[in-house]
Amino acid sequence: MTVTSPAATGTGGLPERSESILSTVRRGLALSPELRTGLAGTIALALVWTVGRVAVPVAIQQGIDRGLQAPGGPNLGLVGTVVVMAVALLAVTTVCGYAMMVRLFTVSETALTGVRVRAFRHIHDLSMLHQQAERRGALVSRVTTDVDSITQFMQFGGVMLLISFGQLSVAAVVMTIYSWQLTLVVFAAFIPAAFLIRILQQRLADAYGVVRRRVGEMLAAIGESVVGAQVIRAYGVAGRTARRLDHAISGYQQAQQRAQRMSVASFSVGELAAGLALSGVVLVGVMLGVDGSLTVGQLTAFLFLVNLFIQPVQMFTELLNEGQNAVAGWRRVLSILDVKPDVADPAVTDPDGGQRLPSGPLSVRFVDVGFAYPGSATEALGDVNLTIEPGQRVAVVGETGSGKTTFAKLLTRLMDPTRGRIELGGVPLTRVRFDALRSRVVMVPQDGFLFHASVADNVRFGRPTATDAELELAFTELGLSDWVASLPEGMHTQVGERGEALSVGERQLVALARAYLADPDLLVLDEATSAVDPATEVRLQRALDAVTRGRTTVTIAHRLSTAQAADEVIVVDKGRVVQRGPHAELVRDPDSVYAWLYASWLEQTRSTA
Amino acid sequence: MTPTSSGDVVRRGLRVLWMGIREQPRIFGIALAGSIVFSLLIVTTAYVVGAVVGEVALPAIESGRIVTSSLVLGMGALLGLYLLRMVSMATRRIGAGYMQYRLQASYRRRVTRRYLELPMAWHQRHATGTLLSNANSDVEATWFPIAPMPFALGSVVMLIGALVSVLVTDWVLGLVALGLFPSLLLLNIVYTRKMAPRQAHAQQLRAEVSAIGHESFDGALVVKTMGREEDETARFQQRAEQLRDALIRVGRLRGMFDPLLEALPHVGTLVVLLVGTARLQQGAVGVTELVSVAYLFIVMAFPVRAIGWVLAELPRSVAGWDRVSRVLSATGQMPYGEVELHQRPEPATLRFDRVGFAYQDRPVLQDVSFTVPAGQTVALVGPTGAGKSTLATLAARLMDPTTGRVELDGQDLRDLSAASLAQTVALVPQVPFGFDDTVRANVALDRAGIDDARVWEALRLAQAEGFVAALPEGLDTLVGERGTSLSGGQRQRLTLARAQAGRPRLLILDDATSAVDPRVEAAILAGLREQGTTILVVAYRRATIALADQVVYLEHGRVVATGTHAELLARVPGYANLVTAYERAEADLDRLEWQEQLPERATIEVDASANGLEDGVEEVAEDTAQEAPEVRR
Repeated sequence: MTVTSPAATGTGGLPERSESILSTVRRGLALSPELRTGLAGTIALALVWTVGRVAVPVAIQQGIDRGLQAPGGPNLGLVGTVVVMAVALLAVTTVCGYAMMVRLFTVSETALTGVRVRAFRHIHDLSMLHQQAERRGALVSRVTTDVDSITQFMQFGGVMLLISFGQLSVAAVVMTIYSWQLTLVVFAAFIPAAFLIRILQQRLADAYGVVRRRVGEMLAAIGESVVGAQVIRAYGVAGRTARRLDHAISGYQQAQQRAQRMSVASFSVGELAAGLALSGVVLVGVMLGVDGSLTVGQLTAFLFLVNLFIQPVQMFTELLNEGQNAVAGWRRVLSILDVKPDVADPAVTDPDGGQRLPSGPLSVRFVDVGFAYPGSATEALGDVNLTIEPGQRVAVVGETGSGKTTFAKLLTRLMDPTRGRIELGGVPLTRVRFDALRSRVVMVPQDGFLFHASVADNVRFGRPTATDAELELAFTELGLSDWVASLPEGMHTQVGERGEALSVGERQLVALARAYLADPDLLVLDEATSAVDPATEVRLQRALDAVTRGRTTVTIAHRLSTAQAADEVIVVDKGRVVQRGPHAELVRDPDSVYAWLYASWLEQTRSTA
Repeated sequence: MTPTSSGDVVRRGLRVLWMGIREQPRIFGIALAGSIVFSLLIVTTAYVVGAVVGEVALPAIESGRIVTSSLVLGMGALLGLYLLRMVSMATRRIGAGYMQYRLQASYRRRVTRRYLELPMAWHQRHATGTLLSNANSDVEATWFPIAPMPFALGSVVMLIGALVSVLVTDWVLGLVALGLFPSLLLLNIVYTRKMAPRQAHAQQLRAEVSAIGHESFDGALVVKTMGREEDETARFQQRAEQLRDALIRVGRLRGMFDPLLEALPHVGTLVVLLVGTARLQQGAVGVTELVSVAYLFIVMAFPVRAIGWVLAELPRSVAGWDRVSRVLSATGQMPYGEVELHQRPEPATLRFDRVGFAYQDRPVLQDVSFTVPAGQTVALVGPTGAGKSTLATLAARLMDPTTGRVELDGQDLRDLSAASLAQTVALVPQVPFGFDDTVRANVALDRAGIDDARVWEALRLAQAEGFVAALPEGLDTLVGERGTSLSGGQRQRLTLARAQAGRPRLLILDDATSAVDPRVEAAILAGLREQGTTILVVAYRRATIALADQVVYLEHGRVVATGTHAELLARVPGYANLVTAYERAEADLDRLEWQEQLPERATIEVDASANGLEDGVEEVAEDTAQEAPEVRR
């Protein structure tokens, strides 16, 4: 059972379409055509397998009517022949059963691994805005549990469905050959039962719905008690928390018990129908037998065949729950694949495959650029017109929320402007192929995310082909060899999950080395200001100088000392570029935003100066 | 699970189940009784069917004359039998299900009680995700095999009953049964044994695939800006394909055993037909016996599977129980004393006396001594990792010091009763924590004597009156519900009001106003000081620090200097450096601009699967930790 919160199903996040089960299945099958092509053969094998289930009843009928009742006493030889034939048939159908299972697992796993991988890639292709609209856990579920729920249904409920269908058809055929009247008797017992179960199922589905909701509530309550451990202790409210927990736990338990009662009810209906069918078969069968239109063997075979009806009828309830989960999972996977990446790679979307960038340091040009976040009426950044010359080092400054980060996101094409255009080296940014863009433009975010691997592997993320020697050279050029040598296993030191084995400053060093190795022509730095230890700070500064040398560099500056050192400063205020020029020039106007920022910076730093 | 230890696992698993049976003996007895009756009815069904064919149908058809009484008897017997089967099956299924759910609920209550009892130090050593899955999926796994247990035990009874009945019927047919039954059982056991390691392997790979997903989506920005989507997809694909292969191997095994387990009893029936015919020729058995035994072999195949189900779930049950019992047997009680402090309205005096604290043998605090005089405000300042938050938690006795003592009005905190402590001290932690409940409940927390007037008064002091009044349903607004837009700063003020509502005599603020606008923060602090409460505040902003009567400056777990802000600024270079660095760090808020589109989240959302995957469960911790502050000037 998969428990999903409203967030995981997409409320408030990416849109989830509500569509019929049929349409979901159709679109799902279209996504994995190998499922459909594999289906025909699998169904055929399943049918053959289920033929094995009538081998015994038929053999019994033949054995009794032609062997035991043979004129002149029991004919052992004939029974022997029948038994050998039946065993041979069973051997064949068992092998078919094996082949069907292997085929089903292979086809479904292969097809859905494809879906898994495609969804994974698609999530990476979505723009940052889309990625952040969903919780990360929900995104992971799309490529894990949601896909699992589909395969699980195919391999359990699906098998059951195939087998049930097969054995009902085969049994019906055999029964009709023996006696259509008796077949009617069996159906008369099972068809009302099927209707009754159908009604029960509606309520059972609701009961399962309650179970799913209650488990979510219980998990939330437990989560609250764990996450809020500190507050619960500090305020002495353990009693209150325990009551809430008990309530949630009991609520879940009661929902489970209710669902269990209903599923038992529908199982019971199956058992009852079997009893009615058997006694009906005996009554009508004996009457037909006395008339001479039914043999003892045929009657006995019917008593065996009735058993084939019980299981499918009873299992139908389990199928329902599993099937609902599978369709919901499929729907969620499809809905994420439905989201069109709003920042698309021109190599894929443009007929000519987009453009590359001219070699050497890149120029940057913003023409009437504006950007508003979805759902927001006001622009986070507007009317930006500016040019940055190749090789220039520019600092972007402004207060929190002024729009300087938005500027960086637009420049690196993590988002597209809502109006205007941006050019890199004279090429419109929306026309630049991603492979060209990502190899030439590199952004170093503030909290350099590291993967759970070694320092070397993380730096190599910038250039996968780099050798250890090249890495060492890069560390030396950045003045980081001492630092690397101080790590327990040098550059092969593991950085831990999300890089947590390193300090924040050290993680930034790795992120810088990564950018350096990538050798970009436009570098966008989100400057870090977190209080790191002085030694790391000196190293960071030195590494920064080395990395930015000879490249067009745009630094989102938090320290005005960075702005002081830059060739030019761009001042952003309330979503507008209000000033630009070298530091010395900008401070001259005492009423300007920059002068004000600088004054407060000085005041903050005065005591250290 | 290594094959050598599998016998051990079965033994340990059965011991766990036995423990559950002893806890719920009545309901287990009911389920078992239902199961045994059902199993014996299955055997009976076979003999009734045989009798109906041999004694009712055969004579009637051969003679062309219906004996009404025997026909009615046969029909009645069959119908009655199935009614009894229905009742006994329902008894077993309901009994077994109830037992499983009761045990799960009971152990969930025990585990969560334990969470509430265990001290903070224990909580800090365990990840939220682990604790969640201990209470949820581990408890579930522990009691998973208890549900098919009555069915399995009933099946054992059925096997014995069937064997005895066949042997009594005819010793030659009995030999066939002697050959078939054990091989059926053996095949089930072999299947289970072979399946366990494959399932475990697939489960392991599932976890790895999920881990790659988590990490990769976590680092999505880096992946994107470095253009590494292709490589990441390849990394994911490699593991996803390993998982696919592992699952196909599972399927192969199922494909081999499922049809075989089904075919075996059928072959047995056919052998009975052949051998039975020979015995019939010899006059040893009649048609009744022959049909009975043949029918028996067919209908008993399914219940035998139940034995395999129990065995298959035992390894998971044992693994789940190991984790559950680790919580239940965890030590680290933090008993409270008996001393009640006077319930006077005057502010309290807090004193740290040579306090030392070590976390897993690593010293965090050493020889810390200082006093927060009654009614004064003392700011704790120091670089990250200096031990400020630890001091705050020691002052609220969420943990006990390793050495030295913490005193409140001259009493060692360890001697105070729980109630007295909670009434006297209030801690407002760094990360605001909201319960999934109304504003009123979040502030009052069902504490005695806190009425709506008190709640409003506390909200006013926390500068939260305005926004609460503007909420759609005022105090009745659910804060946990997604969509109500409580920002991080609003939630901080709400937790501050929670502390204030109890009118504590000592208030501890652990960087509790970081997301509040500085002007609002100043108003809050001024209001609190007017109340005359003793305040210990972990502070970062210079403005906050400047409001304190005294500053205690910590470095590496030691007190470096004590004095007023102005004194320390002039005297202690490390302090001056740090205080201005904090100012600069304010700009770090820009980092949160990267996430500004993220909707606020107050609820705890869980996206877990019953398979026990811990996927997404850690989200709980992270969601509450990543609150975007509301500072937007």
